[in-house]
Amino acid sequence: MNVHEYQAKEMLARFGVPVPKGGLATTPQEAVGVARELGGPVFVVKAQVHAGGRGKAGGVKVCKSIDEVQAAAQAILGIRLVSHQTGPEGKLVHKVWVEAGTDIARELYAAVVLDRGAERLAVMVSPDGGMDIEEVAAKTPERIFSTRIDPGQPLWDFQCRQLLFACGLDAAQVRQGTGLLQALVNLATTKDASQVEINPLAVTGEGKLVALDAKINFDDSGLRRNPDVAALKDPTETDALELAATSLGLNYIRLDGNVGTMVNGAGLAMATMDVIKMAGAQPANFLDVGGGASEEMITKGFEIILDDPKVEAILINIFGGILRCDVLAAGVVGAAKKMDLKVPLVVRLEGTNVAEGKRILDQSGLNFSVAGSMSEAAAKVAKVLEGAA
Amino acid sequence: MSILVNKDSRIVVQGLTGKEGMFHAQQMMAYGTKVVAGVTPGKGGSEVMGVPVFDTVADAVRETGADVSLVFVPAAFAADAACEASAAGVKLVVVISEHIPVMDMIRAKAFLNARGTLMVGPNCPGVITPGECKVGIMPAYIHRPGKVGIVSRSGTLTYEVVHQISQAGLGQSTCIGIGGDPIIGLNFVQLLELFRGDPGTEAVCLIGEIGGDAEEKAAAMVAAGYPKPVFGFVAGLTAPPGKRMGHAGAIISGSKGRAQDKLQAMEAAGITVVRALGEFGATVAAKLK
Repeated sequence: MNVHEYQAKEMLARFGVPVPKGGLATTPQEAVGVARELGGPVFVVKAQVHAGGRGKAGGVKVCKSIDEVQAAAQAILGIRLVSHQTGPEGKLVHKVWVEAGTDIARELYAAVVLDRGAERLAVMVSPDGGMDIEEVAAKTPERIFSTRIDPGQPLWDFQCRQLLFACGLDAAQVRQGTGLLQALVNLATTKDASQVEINPLAVTGEGKLVALDAKINFDDSGLRRNPDVAALKDPTETDALELAATSLGLNYIRLDGNVGTMVNGAGLAMATMDVIKMAGAQPANFLDVGGGASEEMITKGFEIILDDPKVEAILINIFGGILRCDVLAAGVVGAAKKMDLKVPLVVRLEGTNVAEGKRILDQSGLNFSVAGSMSEAAAKVAKVLEGAA
Repeated sequence: MSILVNKDSRIVVQGLTGKEGMFHAQQMMAYGTKVVAGVTPGKGGSEVMGVPVFDTVADAVRETGADVSLVFVPAAFAADAACEASAAGVKLVVVISEHIPVMDMIRAKAFLNARGTLMVGPNCPGVITPGECKVGIMPAYIHRPGKVGIVSRSGTLTYEVVHQISQAGLGQSTCIGIGGDPIIGLNFVQLLELFRGDPGTEAVCLIGEIGGDAEEKAAAMVAAGYPKPVFGFVAGLTAPPGKRMGHAGAIISGSKGRAQDKLQAMEAAGITVVRALGEFGATVAAKLK
């Protein structure tokens, strides 16, 4: 789960990481109020959306007066911010973060991230902050320094010293930076964050370290034991249908095509999308109904697929293991009858209780075609779409 | 022959008295698997379906000689359960539970590694040696004893491939669902190594998906010289970058973890790559017959 910059900064502050003073605003008037309290002389107004590249997209403005803050908030709030991470449709800006400007002498980079290969957390720093770290990694990999944390061990001071002296900091800054890096690790381990990234980490004119921007990604599996983190979820950042699916325990992702899909298991769902594409059609969504789906969940999942107006055909591909084929069939029949299904439906069933599942579909009076294999199912869908075109 | 489990494996089920644990233990026993013990703290001394239940895995191992543990407990307790099994001395821990926090798995994996315990999973269907032993939740009837080893990151995708291989008239030596989480137990490379030394396995199928670099590492190993034919598939060719598709591991970040790159690495290593999943069984059969 991603959070906004202002939420990340509040979390960092709680763990003792210095961040600029600031406040949240949803209107230009509120932005002015925050700016008056901060006092100036310099302010930064930043769009709060879940996407990188906000600066280049015009979502960050440096202001030298209260009037400029008002104008900046006016200009940013309510626009669709389009950056390289938002897609062409952009992201609607509901909130801006207004903070005190920082006197920046240098910009570093610091992050704590899961190293899957090493099966432990890695701490990564670079003296080249303020730019895309992937670009630094590609062009000047020798400018990135990293270390791994042994499971059950702290991030030792010496590890921090090695990283921070390599970045060219002086002894006092290295002392401050050691506490800062340890705070990032502490945040990651206690709050189940899979990534904590500070870019840039500023060295101020006075020689102090301050986190100017922050991105935190939390492990979804850790949300249950961190209700304070779960409460940071911003529903406006998620597609409405995806949100509805999540509340039902279904894993749904909306895509651009016209073939709705319902599959059990993430891998099989991805493979089903792939065969649809190879057959010349385009998947409209990814929907993994999981292992333990009930009849009601199947019905709701089916409704979510049909709520997408782009869907012109539906392919159901179920390999019953824990999810029994008869449960799936009853759910589909229930939904199709309730919703007066108008688009063609292709069903491929295999696995636990497959005979009973097929019987339920056969006796339903629904208009659908059965496929014996995945390839056949995708070919049938592509064909009915061609016929309709 | 087979790897990891066989007809002599003695299974302890952690979470036997729960609904899932009971259902699947029953299916495993119906398949002929030796389920010798269950563990549920506080229910020691009772019995479920004729299987004795213990308070601790240590008790179960001492009383029954269990050497493989199957973990069915809820996510919040699963890492602890895996460590308990390791400390009790079982050789293999199979973790079915999903949604285990990554921080827990980092610690548990280090604990198991220090004791030399092998792990399969978490978030996986388990391990089966057809005709001998089923340790997991896979539907038994799709399997046939045979000589194809199968390793997969995804549950139902494994079933699909197994089913196709059985339909094509072949069978499986051992099938392992390794799970799709960021931190897992046995990986492609380790299992390829085990299959290399198994005279009962004539070919190995690797079923991958987007995210991570497990497929690339497996390809590098095969490229360095592997004595048996290897077949590969990668799910997620059409997955849009950055979208999370169910498994925590299936995240494409930048240029790493993309299906295209994985397929290219596999092809360059001499692995027979199947792009259309529907043709997997036929491709393997054509090459082996």
